[in-house]
Amino acid sequence: MLDSQESAARERRSTVRVVPPVRPRKLAKVPFVELADGRLQGVVSSGSDIARVYVSSVAAGSRTFSCSTNNNRPCGGLRGAPCKHLQALVAEAVLQYGKERVARYLRVEAGPDDDLVRLLDGGQESAQAAVVFSRFLRHLSYLELPDTTEPVAEMHWFPAMGTP
Amino acid sequence: MIGVQLEKLVAEAPAGVEEALALADGFDDALVHGLARMNDVQAAAVAALAGALGASPLGPAAAEAAAKIASGSVSEEHLVALAGARTAVFGAVHDALLAHLDGALGRERDAWEAAPQAPSGDALAGSRSWLQELAITGWRGVGDELVSAADQTLETLWDAPATRGTAMLLDGLAAELRAASPIATMDVVPARRWADLWARALLARPVAARPAETVSGRLLPLGVEVQEHGTAVQMVMHAVLETGGATRLVRTSVAAPKVDTIVGPAVWRLLHRYPLFLKAVAEHRCVEVTGLPLTAGGDLLWSEEGAAIRAATDPFVTARVQLAQATAPAVPPLDRHPVRIAEPVLLEDYSVADGVLTLHGHGLALDLDRLPAGGSVTPELVAASTACIGLLRWDGRWSLQVLGARGKVKRTEVEAHNGDWAQGPTDPKVLKAEARTGDAVAVLRERAGRLLRK
Repeated sequence: MLDSQESAARERRSTVRVVPPVRPRKLAKVPFVELADGRLQGVVSSGSDIARVYVSSVAAGSRTFSCSTNNNRPCGGLRGAPCKHLQALVAEAVLQYGKERVARYLRVEAGPDDDLVRLLDGGQESAQAAVVFSRFLRHLSYLELPDTTEPVAEMHWFPAMGTP
Repeated sequence: MIGVQLEKLVAEAPAGVEEALALADGFDDALVHGLARMNDVQAAAVAALAGALGASPLGPAAAEAAAKIASGSVSEEHLVALAGARTAVFGAVHDALLAHLDGALGRERDAWEAAPQAPSGDALAGSRSWLQELAITGWRGVGDELVSAADQTLETLWDAPATRGTAMLLDGLAAELRAASPIATMDVVPARRWADLWARALLARPVAARPAETVSGRLLPLGVEVQEHGTAVQMVMHAVLETGGATRLVRTSVAAPKVDTIVGPAVWRLLHRYPLFLKAVAEHRCVEVTGLPLTAGGDLLWSEEGAAIRAATDPFVTARVQLAQATAPAVPPLDRHPVRIAEPVLLEDYSVADGVLTLHGHGLALDLDRLPAGGSVTPELVAASTACIGLLRWDGRWSLQVLGARGKVKRTEVEAHNGDWAQGPTDPKVLKAEARTGDAVAVLRERAGRLLRK
């Protein structure tokens, strides 16, 4: 809980941090992770084929999970329990967002010593690969957009903020 | 900035600021709960905001909008009228604060004379209908589905230069709404901030920056500020421009799209197409500019072709010698908002305790939150500093955003500036951390190259 002075400041300021900071991590294995649309979801690079990726996701609340290739072929490693792709996804999400935020989003009660993957007991569900993969492509497409030397006054609302 | 100037700045406040902001607060609260189902208190607050504009040309439209919306008809036209009323209030607050600041500092400022620019096309219609949905629903009611509804509109906004600023703004807002989910149970809704972003986007028109003149001369860097959210970063260099006999305060910037996993010093890599800009920033080089466009708002449009790197300079000397006589630029009408106030100042021989800088008995809050993550200027250096260059900001009170500082840390003289790592980190510890996580930009570009064009 915030004290009243602090909450007044958050309510009546033009620049406050709303999105918690994201921590840097190695992107090679899991290039994309997000907490969106009621899921922890992301893309895991295949260990054997450089052109193949797996789309893995965990639903908040139900803790059901899925994993398949971007062409919707089911992941062979998924036999009732989270496969190595899902394990990698959860581990990288914890690095990026912190364990507490991931657990809160998934609505999982996790103690400091709990491994989040072990708490995913909802079983398999059918994959959402196409939607997540297109979100990943959209994410990547930002790096293809042009830079600009025209001033963007709107960015005054977004000062870089150090880790609090 | 000397003691008496600071005293003038913080000891008095321009009249009417609090009353004006209270009018906006009422509207912002109505937006939290949604304009489609306002209670009597909220309807009265919206009417009061419109009423405050009574004597202005906006008055009648705002009053009609307040009445229509209170009766349940939340049309785009009415929302634009109310966003206009709210923006006019913040514009007036901005003007009062900036005039107060200029008075305290004795800073000369150009007047705005440029004629309004006609927008080209209506590329923002899609964005306005999304903003209308947000206003009807209210921040508390916004869920993932409504946030995602903006995705397609955003893609088209990013594509056109004239709407890219709005794209960056809406992307930032959408990410915040997503991160705050479920907003229904959020502790405190950032009501003013989200209403600011909402109103700015609703009133945006597709216009490109129009240069007022082209200039040639010497550009002397004062410092650089980093502005960023998950999908965009902008580096703004504040500098003194010497042209012929005139000395002017200007900004020059480079902005690039990014993704949220590119953070810390790695963001500089996104600007690799601007090596001269990065060199000028990192090495405090004087830049000889030739024929660069300068907007009436004081933005010098950077071009690598029009820039030549000259000798290294000392930003502290530039600030000490040039700041007092430099003319500040006018503020474009649409940008008149307190958030836009960012006036470079030099402070020396002060003391720092508990995040407050004290000079001749007068305190100025240090906005240490605004030090970029993983940069070379640290809160410890600022606390130990005896001289700094910063930007005066106002967000409910005056504060200083530090751009560069100099002081004694562990008995050694240390100097650091926000742009020190523009060409890559120079601190071995930071280099090691970067080596551990690898080059995020390169990894994602490889993935994009392999997966995007299939």
